[in-house]
Order: sequence, then C-alpha cells, then structure tokens
Amino acid sequence: MAAETSAPATGAGEREPNHGMRIFIIWLVLALASDLLIWFVLGPHLPPGDLASAANGQQFDIKVMSAMAAPVMVFVLIQFIYSLIVWRHREGDEEDGPPIHGNTRVQVTWITLTTVIVLCLFGFGTYELVNGPGAGAGSGEGPSPIVNPPGAELTVAQQMAPYSASKPLVIQVIAQQWRFTYRYPQFGGFETTYLAVPQNQWVEFDVTSIDVIHDFWAYQLGVKADADPGVNNVAYTKPLQLGSITVRCDELCGLWHGAMYDYGSVMTQSAFQSWATASQAHFADVTKMLPPYATTYDPTEIKQLGTVLVKLGLTGAGGGYYPPNDPSQP
Amino acid sequence: MSLPVRVGTLLVAFLAVVGGVIFVVIHFLLAGPPVVDYAAGVAPGQPVSIMLQEDPQNTVSNHPDWVSYFIKDPKTGAWVHTTLFQVPAGSRVNVTILGYDGCTPLRNPFWGMVTGTIGGVEDVNGSPVSVLNSWASCSVGHTFSIPGIGLNVPVASPTTLSANKNVCGLSPCTSGPHTTVTFSFNAPKSDGDYFWQCRVPCGLGYLDGFGGPMQTIGFMTGQMEVVS
Repeated sequence: MAAETSAPATGAGEREPNHGMRIFIIWLVLALASDLLIWFVLGPHLPPGDLASAANGQQFDIKVMSAMAAPVMVFVLIQFIYSLIVWRHREGDEEDGPPIHGNTRVQVTWITLTTVIVLCLFGFGTYELVNGPGAGAGSGEGPSPIVNPPGAELTVAQQMAPYSASKPLVIQVIAQQWRFTYRYPQFGGFETTYLAVPQNQWVEFDVTSIDVIHDFWAYQLGVKADADPGVNNVAYTKPLQLGSITVRCDELCGLWHGAMYDYGSVMTQSAFQSWATASQAHFADVTKMLPPYATTYDPTEIKQLGTVLVKLGLTGAGGGYYPPNDPSQP
Repeated sequence: MSLPVRVGTLLVAFLAVVGGVIFVVIHFLLAGPPVVDYAAGVAPGQPVSIMLQEDPQNTVSNHPDWVSYFIKDPKTGAWVHTTLFQVPAGSRVNVTILGYDGCTPLRNPFWGMVTGTIGGVEDVNGSPVSVLNSWASCSVGHTFSIPGIGLNVPVASPTTLSANKNVCGLSPCTSGPHTTVTFSFNAPKSDGDYFWQCRVPCGLGYLDGFGGPMQTIGFMTGQMEVVS
C-alpha cells in the first residue's frame, strides 16, 4: 500500500491523491455501516434464535464474531475494488508500473492488528464457554459438568427428587434408532416422545443412547449433545420465551437417520406442570414396565429379564438379546 | 504400440468403466423390493385392509437367517417379500399381522405401549390389548411402528416354550404357531412417504441386534406410501 501511495504522478502537474486516506475513509464508513447492519438488522435473525439462554448466547457470540470480522472483510474488499478502479490499465499507457518494495510499517501493523483480533476472539470465546451453564456452547459437558446452574442434580437420587420450580428440571434424553424419547424422573419417571419444557427455569438434559451413537440437537434451545450408549452427557439451557422446538439427530445413525426428528414446545410454568401431571397419569401403565431410572442403560444386558427367561428356558434369539458376536439361535 | 491398438485399448477400458457404472446403478441403486398396491381402485377416504406376516427367517432371499416381514398382495393373494406398500390418503387402514416369530424383549419397554391406533388398542388373538410387557413375559416378537404418524404396535408372539421352539421354518409361513394381531389407524390425508420399522433389536449376527434386517428395506423396515 505504501508503494501504491508513493506512486509517481500520472501526468505532468497532477498531484497523486492520498490513496491511503481515501481507502481509510471509505473503509470507516462501510465498516461502521456493516457492523450496525449486522448488530441491529441481521443479528436478531441469526441462528439459532433467542428462545433459550444457550441459543441466546450462541446468537450473541455469532453477532460479536461477525461484527469483528466484517471490518476486516470490508477492508480487503475495498482494497481490491479500489485497486481495480484506480490503478487499472488505461488505454495507451505502456509504462511499467512503479517498483514495489515491502513496507515494514504496513506489515507490522497488519500482523499486529489481526493478531490482536484473533487473540481477542480467543479470549472472548473462552470466557463465553465458562460464563454460566450452556452460555456459549450449549453442548454436552459429559457426566461431570464443570459449569452448573444452581441446584443442579447429577446423581440418580437427586434427579428423582420431587419436582420443584426452583431447581433445574431434569429430562433424560434417550436416543434409539430412530427416535428420541424423553424421561422425566421428577415426575415418577414417565417416558414420552414429546419434549416439553417450562419457561424461565433451568433445564438439565441428561443425554444417552440405548443403541448406537446419536446426537441430540434441540435447535431453538441451542442444545446439541452427543448421545452415546453407556454415557451420560449433561447439557443445560434456560428457555426464555414460549415457542416450538425442533429436535433432530445430528449424527449419522443408520438407514432412517434423516427421519429422526420430532417436535416439542416451551410452555408456561403452569401449563408445563399440568402437562407433566397429565402425562404421568397417561403413561402410568407403561411407566411400571420401564427399568429403574438410571443415568445410562446397557444395551447388552437387562437384569430384570433373567427370571422370566430362565423359567421359560429361552436363550439367544428366542427370548434374549443377541450378543455382539455371532449369536446362536435356540 | 500402434495407434489402432492404443485406440482399441482405450475403447475397451472406457466400455469396461461404463459397464461397471451401469451395473452398480442397476444392481444396487435402482433395484429394490416391489411395492404392494392397496390403493389401486380404492377412492381416497375409503377403508383398506392390509395383511402382513413376520417370519423368524426367510427362505426367499440371500439372507435366509434374517427375520423378515412379508406383505400379502391384494390382487393375487400371494405373499410378497417386501416392506413397501401403498394406501389411499385419508383412508382407514385395517391391519392384520400374523406373528410367526418367537419372542424377543424390547430394548426399550416403552415401545410395548400401543399408540396411534383407533381406540388406542390392538387385538391379540381377538382380545384388545393396550400394553404388552416383553420384560415380564414372553409376549412380543417385533413391532410395527410408523413414527411419522405416532403409530406403535407391539406385535405379539407365541408365548409358550414349545411354540417358541417350533417356529415356522419355511417362508412365507403358512403354518406353525403364531399370533394374529389386528388394529386400525387413519392414513394421513395428504400424499407422502412414511417409513416404518421394528423396534425389537432383531438383527441376528449384528452388534447388539441393531443391524442387518433392522436396517434393510424389504426385511424389518420399509415405507408406507400414501397416495391420492
């Protein structure tokens, strides 16, 4: 750029304009305009929305990163377009261009600025990850989360304690080919295919699988957590607004992976409690058949079956699970 | 190497590649089980009756040890080795499933609950049932589940040891111990494809039973095509 700004006059008596200042002014106006547009116009529509705290955090992070990246992109584009217009080859001009040499000041400025931007983003991203449960990531933190909301319940006994609006609502997400089911241990452990969460209350998702690896992605809630067999993957969010939720599997999990989605909703506290109480009664018969609530379930073993199968004399395919390696039929 | 030889070699190589691609497309991508048409000649909204059977194995494919569904062709009355069928949009679909396979417990007993049927029940050998507990007794062979319309029906199995030891050995089954399961549901009012599946991990020889026939159209999963 220095070489360009110090280019000789193009004609006798003409003074070379201050290209650097021109570019800076154009950049300042466009960078400011693009940042304002990103923040106030595009920002509220950026994914995944602001239905829940984790989603809100992700949207804020994307807004910040976009607002920081836009001036850099605008600068590169302006430099490119300005060069094409101002320093284009003109009819009849057969002269060589001026020799270009490196400019230490420009190089150091560029490297320093971009380094500062990247380090700031690194610091910002790190802070956002630990700034409250699910703040910037919304993803599973594993069985022992580092950042928990007040009153988080991580043991089976805690999770099965009666529901209280002052503590996180525990929902166990059970993935299986090709459907998610949701278990509510604080409401007697009933299981359902519909995801309902209350507004303005922390929700603790305990995500697991009973067959292969899936991924629980509750888009509008900003939660995305792997569902692995034998693993309890905990993720938090706090629904802030009423609305509908779309849940998809985001891990290729077999033939009908693409059809593994369902819907849910964020309800008011009173509506949620009514729904949960009604569901508890509706599913009472099948709840009695479910295994005791646990943070994970072993796909290869069901201890409760032993008595029945032994009494009946069945083994293998006729009455038992196929072991992982080449089972035999009775 | 002379020019004609080089041209000939190139041509042969080109034809070999084209032939290979055509073979792969026809043999693997376009090939599939037939669709049994229950919608032909039936006006949208009119009831249809479909019939399926689930067999402990099949002797009509190159996977004889895979469990499999068969669907009865309404025109010929023959059992077809497929899991694809068409029904008219908005119709009441009356389903009969002959459960020839022995019992295997559901991985998730939640799927022992009947949902999405008219009345919320299925009839097992003529008796209405809303829940089957495959963990408490030998009661469930497979399931017939269409997640897209919330349908889940655990298909009852023969319950005794002798019946489970003497399941039918020749597909499609025409005799042997079995249960008769009937239920009805309403087909969606608009056209669409709805996949259906079994929820019992019945993939013999695959990790925890979740592969093979569980993942293969024509065996334990398929599609219901709703047409108007």
